[in-house]
Amino acid sequence: MSSTDKEYEQKMQSTIQGMIDAEQKALRKRRRQSEEAEACECKDGMFPSSRSDETDLTTRRKFLAGAAAVGASAMTSSAARAAVPAGSIDYPVQDDPTKVQGRLTSDDDGYGSRSQFEDAIRTRFPTATRESSWTMTPLDDSSGIITPSGLHFERHHGGIPNINPATHSLILHGMVNGAKKYSMEDLKRFPSVSRFHFIECSGNGLTEWRQPTLKTVQGTHGLTSTSEWTGVPLSTLLREVGVQDGAAWILAEGADAAVMTRSVPLDKAWDDAMVVYAQNGEALRPEQGYPLRLLLPGFEGNTHIKWLRRLEISDKPFMTREETSKYTDLLQGGKARQFSFTMEAKSVITFPSGEMKLPGSGFYEVSGLAWSGRGRVKRVEVSADGGNTWQLAELQNPVMPVCHTRFRFPWQWDGKPAVLQSRCQDETGYVQPTIKELVQARGLDGGKYGSIYHLNGIQSWAVAANGEVSNVHQY
Amino acid sequence: MYINIKLKSVSTNWLCGAVAMAISVTVVPMAIAGPYDFGSTPTAEEIAAIDIDVMPDGRGLPSGSGGHAAGKEVYAAKCMACHGADFAGVAGTGGAALLGGRGSLDSGKPKKTVESYWPYASTVFDYVKRAMPFNAPGSLSDDEIYSVVAYLLGEANIIDKTATLDAKSLPEVEMPNQDGFISDPRPDVFNYD
Ligand code: HEC
Repeated sequence: MSSTDKEYEQKMQSTIQGMIDAEQKALRKRRRQSEEAEACECKDGMFPSSRSDETDLTTRRKFLAGAAAVGASAMTSSAARAAVPAGSIDYPVQDDPTKVQGRLTSDDDGYGSRSQFEDAIRTRFPTATRESSWTMTPLDDSSGIITPSGLHFERHHGGIPNINPATHSLILHGMVNGAKKYSMEDLKRFPSVSRFHFIECSGNGLTEWRQPTLKTVQGTHGLTSTSEWTGVPLSTLLREVGVQDGAAWILAEGADAAVMTRSVPLDKAWDDAMVVYAQNGEALRPEQGYPLRLLLPGFEGNTHIKWLRRLEISDKPFMTREETSKYTDLLQGGKARQFSFTMEAKSVITFPSGEMKLPGSGFYEVSGLAWSGRGRVKRVEVSADGGNTWQLAELQNPVMPVCHTRFRFPWQWDGKPAVLQSRCQDETGYVQPTIKELVQARGLDGGKYGSIYHLNGIQSWAVAANGEVSNVHQY
Repeated sequence: MYINIKLKSVSTNWLCGAVAMAISVTVVPMAIAGPYDFGSTPTAEEIAAIDIDVMPDGRGLPSGSGGHAAGKEVYAAKCMACHGADFAGVAGTGGAALLGGRGSLDSGKPKKTVESYWPYASTVFDYVKRAMPFNAPGSLSDDEIYSVVAYLLGEANIIDKTATLDAKSLPEVEMPNQDGFISDPRPDVFNYD
């Protein structure tokens, strides 16, 4: 090995190690939690839920609350005042809620919060800066298809700007008959549409190309989330400004410190692109681009420009940093794919998944998510024997195009080691491949983890005889 | 004025609805096609203030110019702390390696940098103008940007160290990996049934 090779290997190892360490830290907290939960015989043991950044007090209080639930009255006022999980308020817990009045109506000042006993949170990938970083959705705690807005994954390149909607505007210009400037009020006057769509970062799973690296489904798949998005079809705005002959691309630009930019094919803009101002029934969250973001159903997350301030219509792509240096796919042989927008069909089992522990043989409802950037999910199959045999899973209605689809599969575990997998097919007939098939087609570009973007391979979870679930590669 | 438009729109809507009802049982109101004419016409200044992008053919490049010597000073003062004296990036800052790695793309251990991977010089100008220096984005003058781009490309032996970059010369720069990109052929795994 040459010295530069060695240096390269060391750098690669230390980056991966940093990530594993961060996840391990979060997991240690979870395990402590689940041991305590097992001690009190509540079923939390199967569903690890306590995450990083929690104080020991929280864990202890949660344990006490569990004890209280089985009859002991151990809740003390100091425990009740302990720090509570993000997004919740520490309210007193009554020994017997049927014997005292509950908390006052509107005591929350008119905006509710989740229970202080719920602690699923986004976890941050340990990048060098917190301005350019990402967090992952806790899919292992997910139900149904909607991601709560506060748990939607994030990717920022220059922090999260705090924008006053009264002063924000969107300018459309370039190869148009008449440039236009829209205030948020203007945009809200247009006929609106609401659609359910997933957004997935094309870097989702980037650590998993070569070998199983992260332990939980949050780590391996947490860069996808689904929301109901409301806004104006971009085609409406294009008709307003009048697109000139020869136009073929649109530059979308954000008002953050990265002044994030991507070139979008005009066809996509006419087809199903939207500029959206609402998410899950309320205004966009700041982390999701408040007050306005672009939504390009089925395209990689980076193109859904947040804090959208400008759309420039042009004849050629702009070749911004995010579509040259980043978000291109270097292949074996040294050439790189560019403008690889589509998120291909993908699925993952979220229960049971990495780092959970099944309490014993018997019935389990295997459940997970499937999605495709090319349309509806047509079917999902589940294998409990590492891909030797497959059976159809049940799809939860409604099955919407370019949207997370929940699948369920009744599984009788015989207590022997098993490997659980899911694979989906979308309405184009495309079937989710194995990681091996993707590597055969593209090679491992030799980056830190192999390739980087667009890993949509089949995920394998090994269930050991003792019930422990872990991330494995099995083709 | 607003009320008038609204009234007109509503009556059009009813008419269309009536036509639709006459030929089918559809009761969904037909959309009003517009134009709605909301919003205002931005002034040339308003557009210019945010129209900062630069394209490979040089469209969008501002006036001004800069060369290697001035760029060296800009780099030392405003870039080096994060990107390093050796352009290899400073650990812990997130500052990426900017130079090196040429010829490494098919080696199995690719090192992607401006020098080895970026297909267009315009992207360097565009990106530095919008996002760098990371601790003070958008703070450089156009001359400073031309200079620091000339410095980086000069140190990479992509352009001559005596060269001056401006709106005319920058788009003429040929980057080593300018032919390194292909379009997306996916789907690339065929398990269709
Ligand atoms: C405070 C630290 C800091 C300073 C100072 C700084 N940068 Fe950066 N630079 C970064 C970070 C962090 C990134 C990655 C941003 C991201 O993640 O999107 C970056 C990215 C870049 C990139 C893109 C690299 C790639 O491969 O995509 C270029 C080019 C660049 N910087 C040039 C400059 C220049 C020129 C200057 C001086 C004018 C400068 N930077 C000053 C931190 C810095």
